[in-house]
Parts: sequence; C-alpha cells; structure tokens
Amino acid sequence: MLITCPYCGPRDVIEFTYQGDGNRERPQPASQDLDAWTAYVYDRLNPAGDHNEIWQHSGGCRAHLRVVRNTLTHEIRSTTFARGGHKAEGRS
Amino acid sequence: MAEQQLPERQSPLEPEYHPGSHGNFEHGVDVILSETRPGSILQLAAWPGEEKRLIEAIRKVTGLALPDGAGGGVSNGARAVFGFAPGKFTVVDEAEGLASTFAGVITPAIGTLTDLSHGRTAIRIAGPKAEWVMAKFFAIDFALPAFPLGAGRSTNHHDIFAQIQRSGADQFDIYVFRSFARSFWKALCHASEEVGYEVQ
Repeated sequence: MLITCPYCGPRDVIEFTYQGDGNRERPQPASQDLDAWTAYVYDRLNPAGDHNEIWQHSGGCRAHLRVVRNTLTHEIRSTTFARGGHKAEGRS
Repeated sequence: MAEQQLPERQSPLEPEYHPGSHGNFEHGVDVILSETRPGSILQLAAWPGEEKRLIEAIRKVTGLALPDGAGGGVSNGARAVFGFAPGKFTVVDEAEGLASTFAGVITPAIGTLTDLSHGRTAIRIAGPKAEWVMAKFFAIDFALPAFPLGAGRSTNHHDIFAQIQRSGADQFDIYVFRSFARSFWKALCHASEEVGYEVQ
C-alpha cells in the first residue's frame, strides 16, 4: 500500500503511523459535557468505504496528514497536511 | 603548564572502518564508501509562514540559494543545504562553528536552530552502482529525474531514520543518527560486497 505524502511523494505504508479516526471533534478542554467526551473517546463510524483518518509520516518528514482511505479496498483517495484544519473529503 | 588541547572528535564507525577494497572487486570497484566528517550539521526550522525568511537567512549565511519545491537542495562541495520536511532544512558545512554564525540571524520570530554536529554521522556513497545499492536499502526512487541533483529525502532503513542528499549524479550523502551509524555502516558494507566497494 502506498500513501502519497504531500511533501515526500509516494511512500510505502511502513513509513507511516496511524493516528486514529479523523472525524473526532475534541471538546473544549474545560468542557463538562460528558456525552461529548464519551463520543470523542468511544464513538466510531466504522464505515465500509471512504474513511477520514489521521496519519503521521513518522518515517519521513514527520508531518501529520489527513488521509481518506477506503476501508474495503485500501485505496487512498486523498492526502493533505493536517495543519490548516481542512476537513478531508471522505464520509464523515 | 600543558597546553590546552581540543578533544579530537571520534568517529563512531572507527572499529568497523577499514580503508581499502573489499567484496567482489576483482572486476572493478563499483561503489566508494567514506565518512565525510563535516564540522557542522544543523537543523533549521521555520514557524509556519516564515519559510521564505528562513530560506533568505540560509542564503545570506551560507551563500546557498535553495530551489523551490519540497525536498529541494543545493551543495557546493564545502557546504550543503536541503529541505527534509515542510519548513525544515538541514545545513552542512565542512567547517565547525556554523551554528554560531546563524545564531544572530535565525531570530526567535523566524524559527529555531538545532546543532546536530555531534548527533549525526555523514556517510557518502559514490560510484556507478551507488543507486543500485541505495535502492536495496530505501523504498524510494533514486533515478536522477525523480531525485535530482542537490535534492534531499527523509526516509528510513529498518527504523534507522536517514536523511539523504544527492550530491552528485552517482553520489549520495546519508545522514544517520550517530548512535546507529556503526550498525548502518556495517549493513551498507555488506550490501556493497556484491558490486565491489572501496572504503576511503
């Protein structure tokens, strides 16, 4: 599986580290909303198809990336820098 | 009174560094391995939006003009610079003391400077089979159009992080952690045996 890093270009998946579901919205640190925190920690969409994910190019430029990966085919539809706050295009 | 002497910098490769020809060299030596031992190896990082000012500071201090684009770089023999991550650059100088030259130029508003001169080991591989040997180590494209002269790449070999700069058409400079350098060097020697290698 190849992931195209926006800085380094196409690289083998072993250079990357999965950082988790990219759909999570972290509540404000001072938030007392237990439901929001529970959703942040536990609720996952687990879609069969395009999925927003956060990856780090840990064995390369070390940038954090927003990746849209198809969970059925492992096709990588898009990769962008996580910095900048752009939501990836996949199902959310 | 005895004169004060600066400590001599020891090479981590020393016990495994054997100058001469090795491996299958009966039909010629196809790669030359050496440790370049630069005096200064720096990492410069720009805050977001300050990249252009940092590139200008590098040009002012080293005289090296970074080309545009990810992983772009340039070297002039004595000095080298290349991008290895967004807004981050490795700067190398044969001479010691480059960090102090930069100290007043890289202001806190622009970014940061980290002196890695004692933290990295620089290994050079050169020769007609350099691309071939490198391709056995790293899963990246070493062909000249994909990896142009002067350009830098960040990748790793069995979890040993490596920064690579193409310093010639058939020459690469590899920067690895000093603590892993001897292990990496031994592996590089083994990988070069089949083509015949010379340690200089």
